[in-house]
Amino acid sequence: MLIDHPILGPRDSSEFVYKGDAALIRRPDWQAPDALEQFIDYGYLRDNPAGLHRELWFHEQGDRSWLVVTRDTTTHEITSVELARDVARKEGRSR
Amino acid sequence: MGYSGLRVIKEALTGHRGWGPAWRDAAPKAQYDYVIIGGGGHGLATAYYLAKEFRQARIAVLEKGWIGGGNVGRNTTIIRSNYLLDGNEPFYEFSLKLWEGLEQELNYNAMVSQRGILNLIHSDAQRDAFIRRGNAMMLNGADADLLSTEQIKARYPFLNVDNARFPIKGGLAQHRGGTVRHDAVAWGYARAADRHGVDIIQNCEVTGFRIENGTCTGVETSRGVIGAGKVAACVAGSSSRLMEKAGMRLPIESHVLQAFVSEGLKPLLPGVITFGAGHFYCSQSDKGGLVFGGDIDGYNSYAQRGNLPVIEDVCEGGMAIFPMLGRARLLRSWGGIMDMSMDGSPIIDRTHIGGLYFNGGWCYGGFKATPASGFAYAHLLATDSPHKTAAAYRFDRFARGRMIDEKGMGNQPNLH
Repeated sequence: MLIDHPILGPRDSSEFVYKGDAALIRRPDWQAPDALEQFIDYGYLRDNPAGLHRELWFHEQGDRSWLVVTRDTTTHEITSVELARDVARKEGRSR
Repeated sequence: MGYSGLRVIKEALTGHRGWGPAWRDAAPKAQYDYVIIGGGGHGLATAYYLAKEFRQARIAVLEKGWIGGGNVGRNTTIIRSNYLLDGNEPFYEFSLKLWEGLEQELNYNAMVSQRGILNLIHSDAQRDAFIRRGNAMMLNGADADLLSTEQIKARYPFLNVDNARFPIKGGLAQHRGGTVRHDAVAWGYARAADRHGVDIIQNCEVTGFRIENGTCTGVETSRGVIGAGKVAACVAGSSSRLMEKAGMRLPIESHVLQAFVSEGLKPLLPGVITFGAGHFYCSQSDKGGLVFGGDIDGYNSYAQRGNLPVIEDVCEGGMAIFPMLGRARLLRSWGGIMDMSMDGSPIIDRTHIGGLYFNGGWCYGGFKATPASGFAYAHLLATDSPHKTAAAYRFDRFARGRMIDEKGMGNQPNLH
């Protein structure tokens, strides 16, 4: 698989480490009244869809950036690649 | 009619006209006591033990394709019980004991071959870890044998014991481990279950669950609605896809694991060898092909095929320890989809929905577990209490901090 890195261009997926569902960007609020339940879901439950999946890839053998890759889990086709930083900022996170 | 040597001779003399189908092609009825979703090894074993050991009736196995067409037809056929943790080892040893009596039990030649399995050791620390593992195995009634480099050299003269990075310093052997003809496991269980009255319904895909007031009363399928007293999901690889139809999210990611077979060779490899440090393991099939594999690809996938970097990695591991492998040609590679759970161990449990049960999360170790998984799941379905060897395989172990994490990797499924 080739991942079209937004800064570096197409890179082989073996340069990256796979870190799972991109929903992990949204860490629960530890002060919420139901924080325990939220963290159990966050830590252990996954959507695991067959089809389009937004997921985190860490460019460990490259520039060490985190990417959000949209990939079809039934064909391995990659349709979009964004910097995880940009995705997090768009969701209102400071970094 | 039973299978026997005498029968083979009789049929040979009468033109093989007496063989009938091994199981009926059943049409779905409107209502069953038990509906098992998934006609793989585990589902068929569950149906068999439910009918035979627990004397239940009105059982159906629903399979969306043909039975044995999923992971039971795509694995590397190894059986063993060399686990460390208390939650696992009694279960896998129970499974190995069931394998030992399986062919007589089913009246089916599953080619169970206890040719032994050897885990290689490369350092003092690894030897300590394997001695501990061997002791844990023996405490649970399994066999374990620590071999020296000399013993390994004598048995496997072709191994590269002087590899610069991973010299072989010994090994942990389980002589009762080995291989089984994988397709025959599905067919043997199917035939035996059918003879106990189980309806095996192929080309019948479950499209939804009938859930009323928090209780599952049946399933919607491509062949109509089927009512059920109890519904048992058993579709490892596709667990998340199926349980999503019941509104459940699972502690599972689906990953692709590749396996490989070389061209057929004369007998050269007695037993199974695992080179864990190099992500490689190998055995020789009865047809002569070297069957080998390594790690999962490491990303979510339902594609049943992997990518080239892992093929290269596995073959490099093989060449490092097993240099003569370079003279054999790679014949085929294929991929299967694994339920990778959050701690690397399976789940056999009730769900929060009444009458709906779940079996899955087998990671890449489901084949060896087939008999015990079926037995324990049948126990749970028939008695509503877990079998004593599978009591730890609960959904709530993650919330309760009771993980069964053999490798100590934490909740990162692609590392188990």
